[in-house]
Amino acid sequence: MKEFKVTPIRNGTVIDHIDCGQALNVLRVLGINEHNVDSTVSVLMHVASKKTGWKDVVKVEDRELDKQTVDKIALISPKATIDIIRDFNVAEKYKVMLSERVVELVRCGNPNCITNKSEPVRPEFDVEARDPPLLRCVYCDRVLDEISENLI
Amino acid sequence: MNFKDMDVVSIRDFSRAQIEEILERSRAMLPYANGEKVTRALEGKILGNLFFEPSTRTRLSFESAANRLGAKVIDVSQTSTTSIIKGETLADTIRMVEAYSDVIVLRHPHEGAARLAAHFSRKPVINAGDGAGSHPTQTLLDLFTIQEELGAIEGMNVIILGDLKYGRTAHSLAEALTVFGAELTFVAPETLQMPKDTVEQVRRLGGNPRITDDIEGEISSADVLYITRIQQERFPDPAEYQKVAGAYRVDKAMLREAKKELIVMHPLPRIDEISPEVDETHHAKYFKQAFNGIPVRMALLTSVLGVDI
Repeated sequence: MKEFKVTPIRNGTVIDHIDCGQALNVLRVLGINEHNVDSTVSVLMHVASKKTGWKDVVKVEDRELDKQTVDKIALISPKATIDIIRDFNVAEKYKVMLSERVVELVRCGNPNCITNKSEPVRPEFDVEARDPPLLRCVYCDRVLDEISENLI
Repeated sequence: MNFKDMDVVSIRDFSRAQIEEILERSRAMLPYANGEKVTRALEGKILGNLFFEPSTRTRLSFESAANRLGAKVIDVSQTSTTSIIKGETLADTIRMVEAYSDVIVLRHPHEGAARLAAHFSRKPVINAGDGAGSHPTQTLLDLFTIQEELGAIEGMNVIILGDLKYGRTAHSLAEALTVFGAELTFVAPETLQMPKDTVEQVRRLGGNPRITDDIEGEISSADVLYITRIQQERFPDPAEYQKVAGAYRVDKAMLREAKKELIVMHPLPRIDEISPEVDETHHAKYFKQAFNGIPVRMALLTSVLGVDI
């Protein structure tokens, strides 16, 4: 049987150590769908990992991520690492890291929160823990239960 | 200690030392609150009382507190008579009222409304209840009542009984009592027990609350029995409501085993959680508790306006 391999990428980003099962949410964060990319996107799910047992990996060619996107990945996959590849070499490598306050990345899950009522405010959360992330709404004081479902 | 221009949004914004200072100032307000002494300390100041949700006690007590201090009150208590009905945002309403008053008191149906108001107003904002969120002045007057009646909060056994899941006063009270070193017991039917994140917060603050659905076994060791209203609309089945409400109704017979010093508290309004026969016992402190809203709110108003009395 012919073995299918994910080939190294020339330029782009490898998002590694994604929490198992979160790869499709990472694609959602990247805004990738079948219509809007011209380069290869590789998604590996349930790959053996020495550190965490199992992990997902996403490779995106010809794209580097901005800070807001990296912060969103930290919300759904706090152990993820980002490798920026330039000309087949790892040019930069870092772990995602949430700052102490998350602004305008997720909306509050409480439908009765004032931030969900057409007021001129951005949703803001205090980060009380990073892994797993524990976010408390600055306005209504509730802990956000379903982070991936409330990504903006 | 300086509270000038401080917003009073959540009890969590206060340290224990700050709460103790507010309770101290509340005690100093007692002779002015009951009319024994007269002060015009806030003469020339205007309180903007914004109540976008029905309230009797809280609205009247802020108004009374302001009047006792010589301040004037302007108020909005019906959204139907304001621009809100035309679709004005709360942010715009607040910026308008900020221009008309020196301190804003806000009751609003949406959680986080007071934080938003504080964000848009340079004048101090006092949260008088935001949806199912915070009601910090209620918590302060509850703490004040326990301290006045029992002489201390630390080490007291406090039962919080009733609708602990949705009752807005129960959550912040539990946290504040823990900061003060009280021992807590949460008594409620399983479906209305204290939410997990409040229980976890109480534990993080060093508390070790007991959680039970049985009130009978708990009364004899309690110093405070704090009752909250079980709302009928939380039960799809009226028969189920009757059963639960009946099981937690406090009457004289239930208090037979109680310590002599036990105080019974309730944020009011009560429906039938407390039998009227309890009113005449020395345990009943809920009307005193309602009165305590005046000195506590007087202390807050003078403090955030930076006025000494």
